[in-house]
Amino acid sequence: MSNRLDGIAASNGIAIAKAYLLVDPDLSFERENVSDVDHEIGKVHDSFSESAQELKVIKQRALETLGQEEAEVFEAHITILNDPELIGAIEQKIRDEKLNAESAVKDVTDMYIEMFEQMTDNAYMQERAGDVRDVTKRVLSHLLGVKLPSPALIDNQSVVVAHDLTPSDTAQLNRDYVKGFVTDIGGRTSHSAIMSRTLEIPAVVGTESVTADVHDGDMLIVDGIHGKVVVNPTDEEVKEYQQMADRFAKEQAEWKLLKDADTQTADGHHVDIAANIGTPDDLSGVIDNGGEAVGLFRSEFLYMNSAELPTEDEQFEAYKKVVEGMNGRQVVIRTMDIGGDKHLPYLPLPEEMNPFLGYRAIRISLDRQEIFRTQLRALLRASNYGKLAIMFPMIATVDEFKQARAIFDEEKQKMVEAGNSVADNIEVGMMMEIPAAVLIADKLAKYADFFSIGTNDLIQYSFAADRGNEHVSYLYQPYNPSLLRLIKQVIDCAHAEGKWAGMCGEMAGDQIAVPILLGMGLDEFSMSATSILQTRSLIKRLDTSKLQPLVDAALDAESNEAVIELVNQLDIKD
Amino acid sequence: MEKRDFKVTAETGIHARPATILVQTASKFSSDVTLQYEGKSVNLKSIMGVMSLGVGQNADVTISAEGQDEKEAIEAIADTMSKEGLAD
Repeated sequence: MSNRLDGIAASNGIAIAKAYLLVDPDLSFERENVSDVDHEIGKVHDSFSESAQELKVIKQRALETLGQEEAEVFEAHITILNDPELIGAIEQKIRDEKLNAESAVKDVTDMYIEMFEQMTDNAYMQERAGDVRDVTKRVLSHLLGVKLPSPALIDNQSVVVAHDLTPSDTAQLNRDYVKGFVTDIGGRTSHSAIMSRTLEIPAVVGTESVTADVHDGDMLIVDGIHGKVVVNPTDEEVKEYQQMADRFAKEQAEWKLLKDADTQTADGHHVDIAANIGTPDDLSGVIDNGGEAVGLFRSEFLYMNSAELPTEDEQFEAYKKVVEGMNGRQVVIRTMDIGGDKHLPYLPLPEEMNPFLGYRAIRISLDRQEIFRTQLRALLRASNYGKLAIMFPMIATVDEFKQARAIFDEEKQKMVEAGNSVADNIEVGMMMEIPAAVLIADKLAKYADFFSIGTNDLIQYSFAADRGNEHVSYLYQPYNPSLLRLIKQVIDCAHAEGKWAGMCGEMAGDQIAVPILLGMGLDEFSMSATSILQTRSLIKRLDTSKLQPLVDAALDAESNEAVIELVNQLDIKD
Repeated sequence: MEKRDFKVTAETGIHARPATILVQTASKFSSDVTLQYEGKSVNLKSIMGVMSLGVGQNADVTISAEGQDEKEAIEAIADTMSKEGLAD
C-alpha cells in the first residue's frame, strides 16, 4: 500500500527514485567500563581513520562544488582527527578510567567544546566548538556503526529527504545522482525551493512530516508539479506518473523551441525575460533556457560560502565571470543582502527580536562602509567585461539611495583618477521591496536608473506576515489588489521619469501574475531560469492591447481569489 | 633549541584556517614544536591545543622547536606566518 504526502510544489517535474534520508541518526550509547582497553583504543583509531577517509571524500566534493574556502572547513576537521593531543587524551582516558571508546571520545571532546564555547570574546572560537561537535558526531557514527548521511556521499540515484536543506547541503548535491528532494518545512520562496529550481530538480517542500514518514531506501515519487509525494508506490502509480513525466517532458520540448526566440507578445510588443541567479555556476542554466539578461544576481553566496569576508579580487572574479558570460546582455548585480535570515559567522550581528525588520542589506552596507566599498570596487572592475547594472537592496528612503549612490560615485571617481578603466554605462538602481519606498517611488525615480520589484519581501512587509511562518502563510497573497496597486505605482513612477521597472521576485514567473504585469507595462520579468521558456510561451499568446480591462478589473477586485478568477477567465490562445 | 617571537597582526588572530595550516606545517617536522602565549604552552602539532589558546590580534607569541630539524621547522613556520598574513 502506498502512502501519499501533500506539500508545496517547489520545482517542476517528476522524479522516481529511492529515498536518501539526510537526517541525523541516533548516536546515543551506554556508558560502560571495559576490561580490554587495547581493544577500545583500537576502535578509536579505526573510527578516526574511517572518519578522516570520509571527510576526504566530502572535502573533495566541496572543493569541486563550493570552492577552496568551503573545502577548508573539512580540511580543518581532518586536522582535528590528526591531532596527537586529542587522540592521546582519549587513550589516556580509556586506560585510566577503563571507559568504553564512545564515552571517552565524548568526554574529551565535550571538554574542548566547553572550552571553546567559553571564549565568548571570540566568535571564531565559538564556531570551532561547532567544528569539534561535527567531528565528534562523525567519529561516534563510526564507533556505533550507523550511517552519518552527507549530501556529498550520495552515489546512487536518490531523492533527498530532509527536514530542511541548508545552502551548504544543496551546494554539495551531486546533480548526476540527486533526482529530487522533499523537505518537512519551507515554502515556494525558501532557500531549498529556490535551489531546486536553479538545479532543475523536481522538489516538494513543506510536507511537515516526510522525515518521519519515509525510511531510508523507500521508493518515492516526487511530483513537483502538483506538490505530491508517493511513498512506496504501486506499479500502477509508477506507470501513471511515468506517463505524467513523459507529458511534462513533451511540453518542455515544445518550450525548448522558444529558446532563441524573442519575447514578443501577440501584438508585437517586446519585453525582456531575465533570470535570477545565485552563483556564477547558474549561468549555464540561464543560457540553456534562453534568458535575455540576468535580472538579479544575488551576491550573498560570496559572503556565505566563506570563512571570512570575500576579498575584492574574489568578488571581481565572480562578477566578471557572469558579466562576461552574458555576452553584452545586461547583468543586474544586487549588493550584499546579509542579515534577516542570512548570517555570517565572521561578521557577528546583534541578536534581534525582528531580524527581517532589523540590521540587514543596505543598512549594513551604509554602516560598515569598508565592506560596501570593497564590493563596489569589485563591481566597477567587472563593468569592463560587459553590461553591468547595480542595485541596492532594502532601500526605504530617498536619503538611503542618495547615500549609497554617492559612495558608488566616489569609488568610481577614485578608480578613474587612478587611471583604471570603468564602463561609463553602469546603471544604478534599487530593489522595491519596502512599502515606504513604493509610496515615494516618484521621488526615488528621479535618482535611481531603474526599479526592480522584489515581491517576496514586498508581500511580507505589506501584509506584515513573516514569510517563513506557516501559521500566517495564508497571507502570502501575490494577486491581492493591495499588492497589485503597489506594483502599478512602481511601474508608473518609473515610466514617468523615463526609467524602466523590472520584477525579480517569484511572481515574475507566475503564470497567473504575468498577464496582469504585462498589462501594467512591466519592462523586465526576472525569474528562475527554469520558468523562462514557459513564461515566454505564455507571453507570445497574450495581446497587450486587450489586457487593459483585466488590469482595471484586477486593481478593482476585492481579493486574491477574485483576481485568480479574472485571469482564469482570460481567453488565451493555445 | 630554536626559538622565535612573533607579533600576531591578523585581525582575527590565529583562527581556524591559518591555525590549520600552521599545525600542518609543524606536523611535517620530527622536532617537538611548541607555541607559548601568556605563560601557557601548547603543542603546535595539536589544532585543539592551538585553538584553546584563543590567540587574538596583537598577541605576542613565542614558537620553539627542539629536535633534529628544529632550524628548518622554525624557518618553515615563520614562512607560513608571513604567507598567511598572520604575524611578522
